[in-house]
Amino acid sequence: MIMNMVQAINSALSQEMERDPSVVLLGEDIGKDGGVFRVTEGLYQKFGDQRVIDTPLAESGIVGTSIGMALYGMRPVGEIQFDGFVFPAIDQLINHAARIRNRTRGRFSVPLTLRVPFSGGIRALEHHSDSPETYFVHAPGLKVVVPSGPYEAKGLLISSIRDPDPVVFMEPKRIYRAIKEEVPEEEYTIPIGEAKIVQAGGDVTVITYGAMLKTVREAISTLNDKYSIELIDLRTLSPLDTDSIISSVQKTGRCVIVNEAAKTLGMAAEIIARINEKALLNLEAPVERVTGYDTIMPLPKTEHYYLPNPDRIRQGIEKVMGF
Amino acid sequence: MPAEPVKFAVPKMYQILDENGKCNEAEMPKLTNDELRKIYENLVYARMLDGRILNLQREGRCGTYASSLGQEATQVGSAFALGKDDWLFPYFREIGAHITRGLPMHLYLLYWMGDERGSKVPEGLNDFVISIPVGTQNLHATGVAMAMRLKGDKKAAMVYLGDGATSEGDFHEAMNFAGVFKAPVIFVCQNNQWAISLPLSKQTASKTLAQKAVAYGFDGYLVDGNDVFAVLKVAREAAERAKAGGGPTFIECVTYRMSDHTTADDAGRYRTPQEVENWKKRDPIERVRKYMEVKGLWDEVYEKSVVEKANKMIEDDVREAEATPPAEPDDMFDYLYDKIPKNLADQKAEVLAFLKRGA
Ligand SMILES: Cc1ncc(C[n+]2csc(CCOP(=O)(O)OP(=O)(O)O)c2C)c(N)n1
Ligand SMILES: [Mg+2]
Repeated sequence: MIMNMVQAINSALSQEMERDPSVVLLGEDIGKDGGVFRVTEGLYQKFGDQRVIDTPLAESGIVGTSIGMALYGMRPVGEIQFDGFVFPAIDQLINHAARIRNRTRGRFSVPLTLRVPFSGGIRALEHHSDSPETYFVHAPGLKVVVPSGPYEAKGLLISSIRDPDPVVFMEPKRIYRAIKEEVPEEEYTIPIGEAKIVQAGGDVTVITYGAMLKTVREAISTLNDKYSIELIDLRTLSPLDTDSIISSVQKTGRCVIVNEAAKTLGMAAEIIARINEKALLNLEAPVERVTGYDTIMPLPKTEHYYLPNPDRIRQGIEKVMGF
Repeated sequence: MPAEPVKFAVPKMYQILDENGKCNEAEMPKLTNDELRKIYENLVYARMLDGRILNLQREGRCGTYASSLGQEATQVGSAFALGKDDWLFPYFREIGAHITRGLPMHLYLLYWMGDERGSKVPEGLNDFVISIPVGTQNLHATGVAMAMRLKGDKKAAMVYLGDGATSEGDFHEAMNFAGVFKAPVIFVCQNNQWAISLPLSKQTASKTLAQKAVAYGFDGYLVDGNDVFAVLKVAREAAERAKAGGGPTFIECVTYRMSDHTTADDAGRYRTPQEVENWKKRDPIERVRKYMEVKGLWDEVYEKSVVEKANKMIEDDVREAEATPPAEPDDMFDYLYDKIPKNLADQKAEVLAFLKRGA
């Protein structure tokens, strides 16, 4: 069935709720309203207000009580309305969700999924376009998953819900409706922790994730097969699939990493460090990163200056190829 | 004796001017005729500008916008109680308060059009900027008020919040700090009955929001938020009390969000048209007009002049906002720090070079 990402996520939530009565949804405006992005549309009508829970306006409350529900054997799936509003919940996420298994030496665990729409390009208000993913990647004990399209979203979300540990599931809102593709109606999983080789190639490895995959593809198409490009979609940011990255770079000897988040300590920085550790001597050129700047995501009128675009990405590829 | 739970009584909602324009003169705040006219003109300007912004948004000339339709009396009445030296902290639905304080409204427009420069409040105006993360501003206002008290200044800070904001942790912390430190802060809660799709009954099990103040050790008032005089009266007394060292006040202004939550929302999904119709009868502006008419302060000629004046101001606001040349990319680098660090300067140079190459 052809679906966009909103429909694919909705389908994953619906099927998991049918399969497992312990799955409950919590969030602001996710019930009657179906969520501000309509991701939970129809679920309130289908499963009722005991399982699709419109919470008071409190993110720490959503995550903190989800932790409690998870301790008691439920599988809560929380929704944070927009990226910028995850911060009131950070104490619960990092000081608790991420640590409870370790703190209790495995006696308690927190199988919680927290869905967070993130990143820019939709001309939204302040705090509605941020890319805070590396805050979570930096927190030991959390898994961080980012789909790049409808197919990935459904399989990865089902895996996240079934995962025994807390998963921050970040949904690139710019491609909620921008990509439509074939998505199986029946349930399926995509393993967490495995990157995907989207396209095989021998000249240069391009690594990205989330909404930037679409932008990278646009950049690649403007190059008209000038280079043989290996394109990797990370899919999971934590735990990072180092093996796929390293074996690709060992083959191509060149690498460009694209992330929308700020440059300093963004995903690209960590990937470069891993390449240095494991494939430095295979490199034919310094690894290039195309990222957002170390600035605050601008308001709509100037956000295009911030976002990595096909031109900047192409330039990055040309730079490593021309080295 | 069996254990008894703590109980207290909630008074009736305070009102001076009812929806038919009938006024309890004994309770009227002291106002000159000029002040009365100013209040009315602010209400009208607020509503007309708000409507104009909604139109601009529809035409693609403005970004997502949160309308104040129906909440003008809460906003104008409360802000009118402040002196120039007092501080005001909005959230994002206070067009009437900004107008009352004298913010050049083309800046407000510029902000909603997606340009950060709209948040550069002119020197001398102690109005803080829009705060989108719900509830956070309560602590900032409380902190300003704590500093006012520490410095011995006879000033007050006023902060706006929605009914939904009372659920955030920061709200609790602000109320508690305000109570503990007797901060001269006035919490103006615009209880517009909805937080996006969540009705108040699902937001809290508390009968009123005003009663929350009791638990923090200060007074809370339940006020008709569509009655500009009642709001002004209670806010004025709160400001006087604050400046005299009497500490904080919480004012629950009972009003209604007549519009969608924002232009990105469709309220038809979660509330009935009947509910909206019922609130129309409690319009905050209509009743002031009726009152002024009886007083001999309003007639058709005056109305025409008020509307004309508002229209002219709005045209100027829109023109000025739209005539502002687009921001350069420098804009995102130049205000992060007092002095731009070297690596950031390099990134800025990189952007400028990239754009030059593109051109
Ligand atoms: C911390 C945070 N969470 C969520 C949001 C998204 N959001 C914006 S306004 C709003 C509802 C606010 O309701 P209320 O406080 O009653 O103010 P109103 O919009 O009704 O004026 C929500 C959930 C936000 N801006 N900040
Ligand atoms: Mg509200």
